[in-house]
Amino acid sequence: MGRITLDRVQKKFGDVEVIPPLDLIIEDGEFVVFVGPSGCGKSTLLRLIAGLEDVSGGEIRIDGRPATDLPPAKRGLAMVFQSYALYPHMSVRKNIAFPLKMAGMAQDEQDRRIAKAATALNLTDYLDRRPGQLSGGQRQRVAIGRAIVREPAAFLFDEPLSNLDAALRVGMRMEISELHKTLATTMIYVTHDQVEAMTMADKIVVLRAGHVEQVGSPLELYKTPRNTFVAGFIGSPKMNLLTGAAAAAHGAATIGIRPEHLDVVDSGGTFTGRVGVAEHLGSDTFFHVHVPEMAEPMTVRAGGEVGLTHGDTIHLTPRAAHIHRFDAQGLRIA
Amino acid sequence: MATQHSRTSARIMVAPAVFVLLVWMLVPLCMTLYFSFADYRPLRATFDAWIGFDNYVSFLTSDSFLSSVGVTLQMVAGILCITIGGGVVLALLLDQPMFGQGIVRILVIAPFFVMPTVSALVWKNMFFNVDNGLFSYLWRFFGAQPYDFLSQAPLFSIIVIVAWQWLPFATLILLTAVQSLSSEQLEAAEMDGAPPLSRFWHIILPHLSRAITVVILIQTIFLLSIFAEIFVTTNGAFGTRTLTYLVYQRVLESQNIGLGSAGGIVAVILANVVAIFLMRIVGKNLDN
Amino acid sequence: MARAISTPKKIMWTALAWGVGLLIFFPILWTFLTSFKTEATAISDPPVWFLFDWTTENYSDVLARSNYPLALMNSIIIAVGSTLLGIVIAVPAAWAMAFVPGKRTKDVLMWMLSTKMLPAVGVLYPLVLIAKYLNVYDSRIMLIVVLMLINLPIIVWMLYTYFREIPGEILEAARMDGASLGKEIIYVLTPMALPGIASTILLNIILAWNEAFWTILLTTVDAAPLTKFIASFSAPEGLFYAKLSAASIMAIAPIIVMGWFSQKQLVRGLTFGAVK
Ligand SMILES: Nc1ncnc2c1ncn2[C@@H]1O[C@H](COP(=O)(O)OP(=O)(O)OP(=O)(O)O)[C@@H](O)[C@H]1O
Ligand SMILES: [Mg+2]
Repeated sequence: MGRITLDRVQKKFGDVEVIPPLDLIIEDGEFVVFVGPSGCGKSTLLRLIAGLEDVSGGEIRIDGRPATDLPPAKRGLAMVFQSYALYPHMSVRKNIAFPLKMAGMAQDEQDRRIAKAATALNLTDYLDRRPGQLSGGQRQRVAIGRAIVREPAAFLFDEPLSNLDAALRVGMRMEISELHKTLATTMIYVTHDQVEAMTMADKIVVLRAGHVEQVGSPLELYKTPRNTFVAGFIGSPKMNLLTGAAAAAHGAATIGIRPEHLDVVDSGGTFTGRVGVAEHLGSDTFFHVHVPEMAEPMTVRAGGEVGLTHGDTIHLTPRAAHIHRFDAQGLRIA
Repeated sequence: MATQHSRTSARIMVAPAVFVLLVWMLVPLCMTLYFSFADYRPLRATFDAWIGFDNYVSFLTSDSFLSSVGVTLQMVAGILCITIGGGVVLALLLDQPMFGQGIVRILVIAPFFVMPTVSALVWKNMFFNVDNGLFSYLWRFFGAQPYDFLSQAPLFSIIVIVAWQWLPFATLILLTAVQSLSSEQLEAAEMDGAPPLSRFWHIILPHLSRAITVVILIQTIFLLSIFAEIFVTTNGAFGTRTLTYLVYQRVLESQNIGLGSAGGIVAVILANVVAIFLMRIVGKNLDN
Repeated sequence: MARAISTPKKIMWTALAWGVGLLIFFPILWTFLTSFKTEATAISDPPVWFLFDWTTENYSDVLARSNYPLALMNSIIIAVGSTLLGIVIAVPAAWAMAFVPGKRTKDVLMWMLSTKMLPAVGVLYPLVLIAKYLNVYDSRIMLIVVLMLINLPIIVWMLYTYFREIPGEILEAARMDGASLGKEIIYVLTPMALPGIASTILLNIILAWNEAFWTILLTTVDAAPLTKFIASFSAPEGLFYAKLSAASIMAIAPIIVMGWFSQKQLVRGLTFGAVK
């Protein structure tokens, strides 16, 4: 069980309010991802839940029980750190056994759980090595192993994959998702990687300066961003946010059009501009287009190969159904 | 990592160290301060708890104070010159490619680990002694009149002994600093056509300046309280009475506690002047 | 510096460095040689170098005749005792300052350092007085406490600089894994910091072993360690070189060996981390 409720939770470092009073409910078994720009308080929020930092106000409940004043050890949560934080002087086996030993578990039960975790994580051959003798991916697995043996109420991950190379990251992403499916335990996952957030989450929490900007499923955030911040933050490449005449034409202060919702047409079109950079990825082509009346270049995603290069003139038409409209405060107009 | 709980434990864990050091620092120092205003000479059974600044006046105006300050300054300056100059040369030498570098390093560092009384006695008897010392033999070998170092040049002799003990310290620290100089920087200078001497002057020496400052300050702190070397060689005679030694004599030999205590307070104040500079440097380092 | 260097050049540097190194080491070497001579050979003119009848008589003489064994015992007890006592007090303090730094941590560290700079002579009489009053003058316990106090700032600082290199996340992980503060220190911090703790112990034993102000002035016979014993080694001049040498070699040999192991830590410890 792992239902976590944050009730007016607040955090100040000295006089600086990093997290203004914040409400959030994380349902049992959910995979929740915190995203947001650097310094917005993702790690801080996670550490508040973990009990590694004191809240300055508000209440945290885990499974209905107040946990605000419990030390980390008593909250029944497990955490996987960005740096893995393995104990360098202990073998893999001892690392994984550590939380069990601290809980005073019987040796045979410890062995059983370690064996099970090692099998699940492909670590059986490495149990007697030291962390220093493992690759980054293996270390990551040990850190996860150390977390799962305790059968915690929830897992907390703070950017666990950011130290891995791209290929490994994709693999581990899958493994963690799969682990979530098998264990069906609550997971809270901090990242600033778009793809991780979109692919792994049941629910994404977008944070800005400690505020929750929007909570919802990945597709909800993609389809109906509540404001320009979320609109600009979710989706890759970024949504084009246009102001001025183009927006006024739709009765809005700002309109947003995703790069994938702009069609390249042969002539005419709503926008006409000059290609700045063309990125040919094979499957897709991204164009950065300088449109005379716009301050910023627009990004366009075209399927397959489109034979335009630097300096060419390009005509674009947005798909009307996919235009997002925002008012002067940046809030979505329904 | 900082929760209320851990902060409370942290305070409890620092407390014993702070407490013992606080007691160590305050209790005896306050007692010295108290005695420094008293006329207290146990051998003559004199005790007058308050005589104002008399002790300070007579201590500061005595010839022995002025000469002790002179001796202290000469001694510290002499030792610093030898150890810093020698240390820079040795550090650069030890940084060169050679066979058996590790062993040479050990040879150079060894004197630092010799206890002060041993080095003082060894030098006094086996090197400086007029009749049987090695130097006398060397002098005679070259047809010169043996020289009685400890009575003819006592201050110089003590400087030699102490410098021999501290040279390894300076060398070791400067060597660490030399080795942290990136060879790329030196190679770039070499590519720019800088001759060795100007490379030393414009690149190596500025790089070492910080380490040199640290060596100067730390050695000064330790050298200001040199005791054993004087104790076993000249016992403060022949113009080798430093401030530390003078205070020791006033307190324990002539048992003029009031006067000695005033001298002790003066020594504390002088040491603090040096300490402030050292603390600045260390403190700056703590920030990054 | 990974660059090709011509062999003649390397040989030249080798010769120069060995020459200088041996010159600096010479007093120790000479003491060592003298300790195996008879008193007569020790002062022979011209001096003899290696070709003499090597004898260990001086060592057995020193060990048998004087209270050398007592002084040696005192040195060991005082140096080890004061260091261990210091470690016990310093480990928690350094842990707290390294991992739960507060606003005043830096001030506390600097203040501790400043106590190290208090000239001993400034508190000489009060200490003698206190020692006599408490009836601990010329006792090992007095020296253990005093030497612990003068070295405590160095111990705290050294441990602090070592602890700071341990990532805080590992300790947080331990906390998440259910370790109490005590267990966190015993099972995670201490093993990780063991090399640092070991070199701190080593360096402080060296410093305490060689301390020659309080050990001389706060003892007479019972608690006198080697520093004091050697200082009072004054037999009729000229006839005791060999024995003086033997006593000296025994006093410095263990510490020189330890010193060689602690060269690197020496720099860090004695510069309070200002030079690494
Ligand atoms: N111990 C602390 N004392 C003071 N300020 C802190 C402390 N820890 C974090 N902060 C501040 O709180 C804010 C949020 O930090 P946090 O580490 O939670 O950001 P983050 O969202 O995890 O960023 P990133 O994506 O870069 O990891 C930052 O502005 C940071 O400077
Ligand atoms: Mg973070």
